[in-house]
Amino acid sequence: MNATHKPIATGSDWNFSILERFDAELARLADEYRLDTYPNQIEVITTEQMMDAYASVGMPVGYHHWSFGKQFLAVEQAYKRGQMGLAYELVINSNPCIAYLMEENTLMMQVLVMAHACYGHNSFFKGNYLFRTWTDAESIVDYLVFARHYIAKCEERHGVQAVEQLLDACHALQNYGVDRYKRPSPISAEEEAKRQDEREAYLQTQVNLLWRTIPDSPEGGESLPGSLSPEEDDPLGLHSGGRYPPEPQENLLYFVEKNAPLLAPWQREIVRIVRKLAQYFYPQRQTQVMNEGWACFWHYTLMNRLYDDGNVDEGLMLEFLQSHAAVINQPAFDSPYYSGINPYALGFAIFMDIKRICEAPTDEDRQWFPDIAGSPWRETLEFAMRNFKDESFIQQFLSPKVMRDHKLFLVVDDDQEETLEVAAIHNEQGYRRVRDALATQYALSVREPNIQVVEAAIRGDRSLTLHHVQDSRRPLARSVYPVIRHLQKLWGFPVHLISMEEGRVTRRYRWPVEESAQSEE
Amino acid sequence: MTYFIDRRPNAKHKSAVNRQRFLERYRKHIKRSVEEAVNRRSITDMERGEKVSIPTKDISEPVFQHGPGGAREIVSPGNKEFLAGDKIQRPPGQGGGSGAGEGSASNQGEGTDEFAFTLSREEFLEFVFDGLELPHLQRKPLKSLQEIKMVRAGLARDGVPARISITRSMREAYARRIAMRAPIKRALREAQQALETEERKDPVLRNPARITELKAEIERLEKRIEAVPFIDTYDLRYHQLAAQPQPSSQAVMFCVMDVSGSMTQNHKDIAKRFFLLLYLFLEKHYEKVELVFVRHHTAAREVSEEEFFYSRETGGTIVSSALTLVKKIIDKRYPPEQWNLYVAQASDGDNWDDDSNVCRDLLIKQLMPQLQYYAYVEITPHDHQSLWQEYETVAARFPEQFAMRQIIDAGDIYPVFRELFKRRLSQQH
Repeated sequence: MNATHKPIATGSDWNFSILERFDAELARLADEYRLDTYPNQIEVITTEQMMDAYASVGMPVGYHHWSFGKQFLAVEQAYKRGQMGLAYELVINSNPCIAYLMEENTLMMQVLVMAHACYGHNSFFKGNYLFRTWTDAESIVDYLVFARHYIAKCEERHGVQAVEQLLDACHALQNYGVDRYKRPSPISAEEEAKRQDEREAYLQTQVNLLWRTIPDSPEGGESLPGSLSPEEDDPLGLHSGGRYPPEPQENLLYFVEKNAPLLAPWQREIVRIVRKLAQYFYPQRQTQVMNEGWACFWHYTLMNRLYDDGNVDEGLMLEFLQSHAAVINQPAFDSPYYSGINPYALGFAIFMDIKRICEAPTDEDRQWFPDIAGSPWRETLEFAMRNFKDESFIQQFLSPKVMRDHKLFLVVDDDQEETLEVAAIHNEQGYRRVRDALATQYALSVREPNIQVVEAAIRGDRSLTLHHVQDSRRPLARSVYPVIRHLQKLWGFPVHLISMEEGRVTRRYRWPVEESAQSEE
Repeated sequence: MTYFIDRRPNAKHKSAVNRQRFLERYRKHIKRSVEEAVNRRSITDMERGEKVSIPTKDISEPVFQHGPGGAREIVSPGNKEFLAGDKIQRPPGQGGGSGAGEGSASNQGEGTDEFAFTLSREEFLEFVFDGLELPHLQRKPLKSLQEIKMVRAGLARDGVPARISITRSMREAYARRIAMRAPIKRALREAQQALETEERKDPVLRNPARITELKAEIERLEKRIEAVPFIDTYDLRYHQLAAQPQPSSQAVMFCVMDVSGSMTQNHKDIAKRFFLLLYLFLEKHYEKVELVFVRHHTAAREVSEEEFFYSRETGGTIVSSALTLVKKIIDKRYPPEQWNLYVAQASDGDNWDDDSNVCRDLLIKQLMPQLQYYAYVEITPHDHQSLWQEYETVAARFPEQFAMRQIIDAGDIYPVFRELFKRRLSQQH
């Protein structure tokens, strides 16, 4: 500790000028480490406001829906019972980056949250390729405002209940409202509002074209719907035969928005809003370990620097270490506190380990990570942060040492076997197997069932057919029925869902349920 | 670059709408819980919220998920003694393992069976009194100044500068400018035309004097147009406020109870619960509710709440003494045109035989015309006596305002209360 330096503040009380001085110091350090961040907007809020923010998944403005109310009640209950420490951090991927500080936190917590959220998460949002590609930090807040107003307007015009039912249906499908491989066009509230009427009309003509059944060539007289297709009438080639859509569609909500026969224009717009927001949150779901690991790495590094430079005293540092240790604690699988792998712990361990491999590589590291062993750590970390998601990050950077430290082991649970089998553990033979399995565990494509639209019967009964590509005989949970019921409401005609494994049909679901099928359930 | 913003003074209850939506959606479930709670709790205990739980499956938000079954691989931390190839017995009661990798989905999935949350006191009472309504709810106007509300009432020509209506003032000014300029403009046009005709004439025929005259006239008129003021005090309009009397938001509730020897403490407890329910209910409808406790045996007295419920007396019963006292108190302190008056009476039905018809006459002639509502509960498992029969005639005369029910034990209170105050749609019109 630098003895000549006086700490910026001691004790647990804080005020705005103290926070500003800490922020200035953190900003200086972040600059020294070349952390590239959006400007920060730090908002000091009350407990209740924090619960509000939690309930609306951190969106600073959200539209109204009962599910957010349920979320609020759950958070409130947990908080009142003391089951949950509120708000270690809550930060919004926007420009400026909005972070919340809760008024009743101690000084240490405020500084920690600033380091974690305003410099850790913030730089992750700005740097990681998924966020760069899929989200638009500039316009998200405006878009949320637009969405809120639009939905409120719909409630006024069409009734709260109609809007609520529609939102229920959209929420059920929102994980399937994202484009996984195609970059979406950026969202902008202004543009949205401006183009909206135009789009409503346009969308409707598209849909009408698709579902048109009355021939419109007067001289042809008897021509059938399937056979008429002058180029200019059918630019999409929808009626030129073959199945529609020609390729399976993974974005169910997009497909519904563009093709559902009976939706009114305002309903399509709401489907679009839910889809856009799902898309916005999509990168967060794919970078949990990395995002938290990165933020923990930086709060740890920055707090230690504050201490080394004499800006905080031992008391604050001890309080910090206790809090930090709680956050990155990983209970063992057989502990009563175990609730899955702690993304903070895993991410922090991997980032710390990358730094170690760069600075003090062992022979094992040289063998496993020839590219990065001994390289400058700051560049390597930056590279890892920018170019990966959880799945590939674990595959690439989970080292044998971290697996040993966490004592990771792999269990195979096959319902055709009587016992579970330990397939691999943290040893020379098992490292690769464990790492592969853990990476897969974080792949969204594996975590969520793979379901796509394969056919809309545009010339038949207008039913919609989906395929579920099953893997390792893992069936769909029973929630499939309410979900396809929601989908059926959106689509307006019967919905079929077929589970397939290796080309074989394993199970069929449909809504409305057929008489004979009901007994089966 | 960092900005600090203090959001603490900002609007609270941002989630209030969502919370209400949730409560509305699960109304049926919550009502069931609340009704159970009401039956379980003592009525004195109504002043707090209630924990309500709803089966999770009823409120889940379904998404496509993997179900149990099939083969899956799970990576877990904290290995102690396992080696590759070890076989482990399945943990009991766990179908196929819930899978560690399901992330946040498992928090709300099949994990817990009940979704529990706490209703606030207001929300709780809302559900307790759901579907109930004060019969004959007629708010009385109040003359005193406190109950007057200032409301916007059109525009006036004078007022204080702070209340100027700018748009209206400008509109007036515009109208005045048009009106004042029109005749001048007309004259100007005529003068210009005359000048033009004059100038078009053959130079010989021109009248130079006339031309000079016209030119002077035009100049004068133009000046006059310019002189019309852009805005004048005459144009100003002010928002006007008018005093509007507000419907009375105060009520007084008379609790009348028999404390003669035949009333046991048990009877009194039952009566107390009934009074409390009524009080809470009135409190929801009126900003201010005053309580007057009148107890009686052969003579009536106004007493404090404590004394009302807990001191014991003996002796005979003359109900009319209490009614006379209520009437006196009303006349003295609660003029009916300013107060909404409610009387709740509890008794075991005993009365002096000669007194019951006195009560009837008192009620019909003097009290009932002034009251909003009179609720009588008779706490007795026995047959009715003369008081009940006389009251029945009162009820026949004032079917909207007079209600009577029999209560046998504490469990009846809430149902009876609900019955007394349930929304009577059919009778309303």
